[in-house]
Amino acid sequence: MTLIEARGLHKAFGKTIALDGIDLRVEEGRILGLIGPNGAGKSTALNAILGLIPYQGELRVLGRNPWTERDQLMRDVCFIADVAVLPRWMRVSQALDYVAGVHPRFDRGKAEGFLAKTDILRTSKIRELSKGMVTQLHLALVMAIDARLLVLDEPTLGLDILYRKQFYDSLLNDYFDRSRTIVVTTHQVEDVQNVLTDLMFIRHGRIVLSCSMEEFESRYLEVTVRPENVATARALNPIHERQVLGRSSLLFDRADRQQLASLGEVRTPSIADLFVAVMGNHAGQRQGVSR
Amino acid sequence: MNTQANPIGEPSPLAAPSSTSVTRPFYWSVRRELWENRSIYLAPLSVGGVFLIGFLISTSHRTGNMHALWIGVHEHDLTATPYDIVSGVMMLTTMLVSVFYCSDALYGERRDRSILFWKSMPISDLTIVLSKATIPLVIVPLVAWVITVAVQWIMLLLTSAVLLANGLSVSALWTQSSFIRTSLLLLYHLFTAHTLWPAPVFCWLLLVSGWARRATLLWAALPVIAIGGLEAIVFRTWHFAALVGTRLIGAAPEIDLRSPDTLPTNPMTHITPANFLSTPGLWIGLILCAVFLAGAVRLRRYQGPI
Repeated sequence: MTLIEARGLHKAFGKTIALDGIDLRVEEGRILGLIGPNGAGKSTALNAILGLIPYQGELRVLGRNPWTERDQLMRDVCFIADVAVLPRWMRVSQALDYVAGVHPRFDRGKAEGFLAKTDILRTSKIRELSKGMVTQLHLALVMAIDARLLVLDEPTLGLDILYRKQFYDSLLNDYFDRSRTIVVTTHQVEDVQNVLTDLMFIRHGRIVLSCSMEEFESRYLEVTVRPENVATARALNPIHERQVLGRSSLLFDRADRQQLASLGEVRTPSIADLFVAVMGNHAGQRQGVSR
Repeated sequence: MNTQANPIGEPSPLAAPSSTSVTRPFYWSVRRELWENRSIYLAPLSVGGVFLIGFLISTSHRTGNMHALWIGVHEHDLTATPYDIVSGVMMLTTMLVSVFYCSDALYGERRDRSILFWKSMPISDLTIVLSKATIPLVIVPLVAWVITVAVQWIMLLLTSAVLLANGLSVSALWTQSSFIRTSLLLLYHLFTAHTLWPAPVFCWLLLVSGWARRATLLWAALPVIAIGGLEAIVFRTWHFAALVGTRLIGAAPEIDLRSPDTLPTNPMTHITPANFLSTPGLWIGLILCAVFLAGAVRLRRYQGPI
């Protein structure tokens, strides 16, 4: 089942084009990572999906128009937009009461269970909690909602590695199952490498790469080439080359694994490596065009 | 399914989704406003508390002169003097609380980015704006009334105790007062002169708080000053400024031209619902309210954190 379907999604803020005709399809049971540099349009895309901003083009989320039906949509969609947006004056117990009061799909017991695993006191005010604890609380609230789509926009920005690791661990272990769908944007791509099922790179409001993680692993290979093979490797049309400790590391798209193995040490690149390759190339192309 | 009959707690399955989906989010939204803005009840409570202390001191000073106290009771009915002052002070407090609440209501959530959390809940912008408008239009006057009446009761009991302790009769105090009637009149006055009449001001502030990126009170006042100033220069009149002024201080038209020696806060001086309801100004004001609130709902849909 398709949860999100966008065709020609377009959004401009004044003269700045944030989304330049995006086509997007997210199926049920996927964990999609939307990766892109600052100002690429990730948050704009998510805000459109969540009904927070108007847009041009066609967009259906769970079969609804998010802009006109946000309140109904939010029964089945949860989101954490940015870290620490929970109201600072609220007490933890009030946050539980409030969500239990307004959300028909909230399971208070479940949220209490998640909170019991943390150091968060029920009587604390949110302003008294650390940034990491606020995120834990928000995640506990969100995971206790029986939603079909969870949208996370930079949910772990500014958190230390322990909180970040824990965040994605609990998301995978305590929340995700094949009937739920998660869309996440983050700059900390190394955190989500083993979490995602699908990957999408976005730049200047356009999707520049979209593939499943299985596809990613079979398509992209990185070879640390022995010095004598560098020229041969370059002839195979790598999409990116970088120097690691004095040795050339070349990234290939859809290359023959055995052929590459003869040139040096082959491995699956990290998302970060591919990101740099794809985004760097685009930057190069742009410069080339402008010259 | 619980077979124990519970007629109130378990509405019929057919009626349940529609009614609960509207009233429950509304109820919790109003509660959340009270959690955040504790000044709604703390301000009138502390004013009431300070007033009671003052009253205690003044009463203890006068115990030396019991006769004066006794005469005082006879000269004024309950709505006079301290009783009148406490309701007057409470109305001023109410006005301030409502003005400050409204100017922050749709602005604060954008400034602290919590709007992203509120919008992640299945509540419509209409419900949110109405729950915020409920605070100055229902909750604040109700709270002020309860606290005023409570303070007046305590004052009445204190005076009685002092008189009794000095062997004086309290019958005059209790027969003249007609306490319940006075309280109901005060409720009427609070909801007419201090709620319905200035309602357009509150709704205007709500609208501006949903639009301004900073200094909401300033932005709310600027058009008023501009229009008033323009009128003063062009026509050399002050009708607009006077109009806004009467709305702010809660001076409904039927209060005007009363004997100048009665305080406008004295509820006894104007119990004329027919008069009040037939004032075109009231209805024009309420239409303006609807327009402002509709604007606020629309704005909230578009606005994100600032």
